[in-house]
Amino acid sequence: MSATRRIADTLAIIVVLLLLWEGLHHLVGSTALPAPWPTLAYLARLITTARFAENAAATAVAFAFALALAYGIGLAIGVWMGAHHLSGAVGEPILIALYSLPKITLYPVILLIFGLGISGKVAFGALHGVLPVALLTMAAIRSISPVYVKSARSMQLSPWQTIILVLLPATLPEVVAGLRIGLTVTLLGVLLAEMFAAKQGLGFLIMNAMSLLQGEEMIGVAVLLFAFAALANALLLWFEHHLHRV
Amino acid sequence: MTRIGRIRLLVILTAVAALEIACRTDLIDRRVVIPPSEMATSLLRILASGAGNEDIVRTLGMIAAASAISVILGFALGLLIHALPRVRAALDPLFATYYAVPIFIFYPVLIAIFGLSLLPILLIAVATAIVAMIIATLNGLDRVPRVLSKVARVHHMGALATAVRLQLPAAAPYLFTGVKLAVSYGFIAVIASEFILAPAGLGRQIADAYADFDNRRMYALMLLILIIATVVNTVLHAFDLRWAERRGRKIS
Repeated sequence: MSATRRIADTLAIIVVLLLLWEGLHHLVGSTALPAPWPTLAYLARLITTARFAENAAATAVAFAFALALAYGIGLAIGVWMGAHHLSGAVGEPILIALYSLPKITLYPVILLIFGLGISGKVAFGALHGVLPVALLTMAAIRSISPVYVKSARSMQLSPWQTIILVLLPATLPEVVAGLRIGLTVTLLGVLLAEMFAAKQGLGFLIMNAMSLLQGEEMIGVAVLLFAFAALANALLLWFEHHLHRV
Repeated sequence: MTRIGRIRLLVILTAVAALEIACRTDLIDRRVVIPPSEMATSLLRILASGAGNEDIVRTLGMIAAASAISVILGFALGLLIHALPRVRAALDPLFATYYAVPIFIFYPVLIAIFGLSLLPILLIAVATAIVAMIIATLNGLDRVPRVLSKVARVHHMGALATAVRLQLPAAAPYLFTGVKLAVSYGFIAVIASEFILAPAGLGRQIADAYADFDNRRMYALMLLILIIATVVNTVLHAFDLRWAERRGRKIS
């Protein structure tokens, strides 16, 4: 499929979603679900305000720290379990079981340990992101051609050199896929944390707007986060395809 | 049990024992985590007294309803989309992005529209789960041998008969992956919605226990959810593996 057709399809989906939104708006009334254009116009005004900047910054900082932790710990676990067969065989089912748990139930524990501030949000976001990064990295390193590992050994590379110079470059597309999924679930983790208990952040803004019955703000911020996640995903997906080709 | 299985069990038991000891020796504050043995006894007490039954039934019922709707409706939509190649091509970017965006942030919007009832929970759970079923259906239908659709045409089978008697069984091994994901996503969405804001349910009970500083109750209910989720996921995973074997035989 050509690139222009893909773009046309994506635009068509956006138009259909906007029409659906408009239709729903007429169905349920304007207070609960404001129409698309007023909402987007409100959003355009909102993002210039200091209140929005403050909350967006709170989410962005927590998200950045959570992502750094998720990537760092996830890659470390993935490389370790991928390279060390016994650890991988023992740990993989445990990681998979943890991955499919509803982690939101564990959020109170994190709140009790880290408190209500930014560290709780960071820990909860990282908890979501670590698992897919670790699982995909592990799978990628396991499927690596044994020749690479043998040549690394015959060149007497240190374990660290083997990881940096051989294992990670050979598995880059799959590792990037893990990082992409890790990014989206980490964002979800941070937002869930803010929705449950926080005094700042975009997740808080949505819940606050809901209780104040400010439909435009609630949906505007949700749509903005939606667009951000879709765009970030598309960029990393493009990068992934690019890596597969080289 | 295999050697790997024994080591895995040992790792898990060691972790639980370490937590138990750390809590008993006050290395971990009781106000933060209670010993695993107390979580278990507290859970047994709640189950024996029946105090949690209403919420358990409610939450599991919601998960079952959301999963069932997602599986049936997802299969039907998958059939429809599969029959319309142009629509499918256009929807491709949506499917590729769907699980990358936090659908859950629209839960408050649903509450604003429908009020604080069961409906927003059901809708957000179906919205989360159904796309996995649609994608699995499309995947499965792609692998239905073309000779089967010719057989259907020769026998003048209608669209419904073809779908139920022919496409459904032929695509079944692939569909089960969709069922597994739909249940798993439904589970997470129902618990998360209850946890954030809901009139009742297990998620709500945990959030309430947290707000009341009732750690025994909170950890007992958490343990219950973790046990249910692990059992359900393990059973689904085992079934999926069996279907995967059939897939392998069929293709070769």
